[in-house]
Amino acid sequence: MKELTTLILKRVGQGIITLFIISLLIFIGVDALPGDLAESILGQQALPETVEAFRKELKLDQPPHIRYFTWLQSFARGDLGNSLSNGRPIADLIGWRFANTLFLAFAAAFISVPLSIFLGILAALYRNSLFDRLISMTTLSAISFPEFFIAYILIALFAVQIPLFPTISNIHDQMSLWEKLHAIILPGLTLSLVVMAHMMRQTRAAVINVLASPYIEMAKLKGMGKKRIVFLHAFPNALSPVINVVALNLAYLVVGVVIVEVVFVYPGLGQLLVDSVAKRDIPVVQASGLIFAAVYILLNLMADVMSILSNPRLRAPH
Amino acid sequence: MPILNMFKKAPLTARIGLFIIAVNIFLAMLAPVISNYTETEISGDVWEESSADHLLGTDHLGRDLLTRLMYGARNTIAIAVVITAISFVIGSLAGFMAAALGGWVDLLLSRAVDIIMSFPTLIFALMLLSVLPNSIPSLIFVIAALDATRVYRLSRAVAMDIAVKEFVEAARLRGEKIWWIMGQEILPNALPPLVAEFGLRFCFVFLFISALSFLGLGIQPPTADWGSMVRENAGAITFGIFTPLWPAAAIALLTVAVNLIVDWFLNIASGLKDQ
Repeated sequence: MKELTTLILKRVGQGIITLFIISLLIFIGVDALPGDLAESILGQQALPETVEAFRKELKLDQPPHIRYFTWLQSFARGDLGNSLSNGRPIADLIGWRFANTLFLAFAAAFISVPLSIFLGILAALYRNSLFDRLISMTTLSAISFPEFFIAYILIALFAVQIPLFPTISNIHDQMSLWEKLHAIILPGLTLSLVVMAHMMRQTRAAVINVLASPYIEMAKLKGMGKKRIVFLHAFPNALSPVINVVALNLAYLVVGVVIVEVVFVYPGLGQLLVDSVAKRDIPVVQASGLIFAAVYILLNLMADVMSILSNPRLRAPH
Repeated sequence: MPILNMFKKAPLTARIGLFIIAVNIFLAMLAPVISNYTETEISGDVWEESSADHLLGTDHLGRDLLTRLMYGARNTIAIAVVITAISFVIGSLAGFMAAALGGWVDLLLSRAVDIIMSFPTLIFALMLLSVLPNSIPSLIFVIAALDATRVYRLSRAVAMDIAVKEFVEAARLRGEKIWWIMGQEILPNALPPLVAEFGLRFCFVFLFISALSFLGLGIQPPTADWGSMVRENAGAITFGIFTPLWPAAAIALLTVAVNLIVDWFLNIASGLKDQ
């Protein structure tokens, strides 16, 4: 048990260090850009005094390490500074958009996780059957398709040909939960399709891998039914890789959301990030990038911890 | 001819893949010869339907869509190949070096790559693009640098296995230089897995450029490019005009084709019959 705790603590420590280094990288990346941020924002024609005043406002006159720690400190306090393009506090811009992004990602996870695990097990159970081939064909093509292709096909089918859902998924506070869900069905479905392909393939592979073990052979020789073997013996042992895959795909969801949000003009963090990159609103890019990175690292960390916990060999005392 | 024999024995899926790639390259190379229009010529009304003049109709500015698609193949595929090549040179060089030298070089490179890979690629690229000048060289630099981390992982793993073999040890004892060992001993033995990886990396890079262009942060108009073409024509879909589906389908088709060939390659390399 003690070993397990050390293992997990080690992994958590690693995650924290990674996050720290990433924040440093984000900071340096912006700091080390050619030219001065103030000049590049104000343009070539700006008066030297204006540039100087602006530098003061951005605190560019202070040494970098002090700026880094002030940035990190205020970030931890929830003060993310002001947007360059409209001067509004970044926390106000990001807060509700981040909630929207999480809402969309969770909705997609809610559809895709149980469905893909179930289909993955079925594919492993009826291995090399027509059903299995069909699934592996679809997943292979879904992996090769760009997200926006899937998104526009869904729009063409379910918003234009059969007008069931809106082409633009605009949600706001006045909407009821039901209305919101109706609005995000198409983006949610797009995201689900993209991650389901990976999850199904990995679940299938994990279960098939376990099916090759001697204890499965034993169960077969005892005359146990195929379904019983897969669900009672193979799946629990395949759980560790499956959980890992699920968590990794959730991490992917949070990032894959960027493109889907742009397609459906969904008011989320990804859309904000893309707009800010185009506008070169660097403080907003920094803040939203750091949030995306933190969520991604956190989910990856969770994936590792869960797979440590669900691995019986690591859990057992030595 | 062993290569010709290999093609003769290729499964149907690989043949389809080869055919699609050949058509793409053919159209891309001969775009100026085949098409009656130029890349940016406005030759019709906005979003015209398909006709004898415009086989796939026109785009949001009235340019011939098929012509734009052909030029798009040219630009997008060429840039993707260049990026993949650069990322392979950087990635495999660093990977071989880490494996051949070991010690602190390996440690330093591997930790750096671990950190970059713990960060979502798209977000990393967006952040870099927000501070770099908006140009094709910066696009190439950003994607090649990020992609090189994946190549590094694979080539290091492959080279690690080779670096402990007797013939490398013999070369070391002979006093060969590190460059000689990397070029003469490691590279030839690491080539087969790296070739298959090249296909996969190409797919990734190709999809990645398309995604960035789709977001408006990749290849800039008026240069024809499949990702930006989807973006430019996206509005048409609400009117029931399926113009943006063409470039999107072209991206998907080419990626599937490359994947089919990679699968075939991996199958040959591993000698597996099943799956």
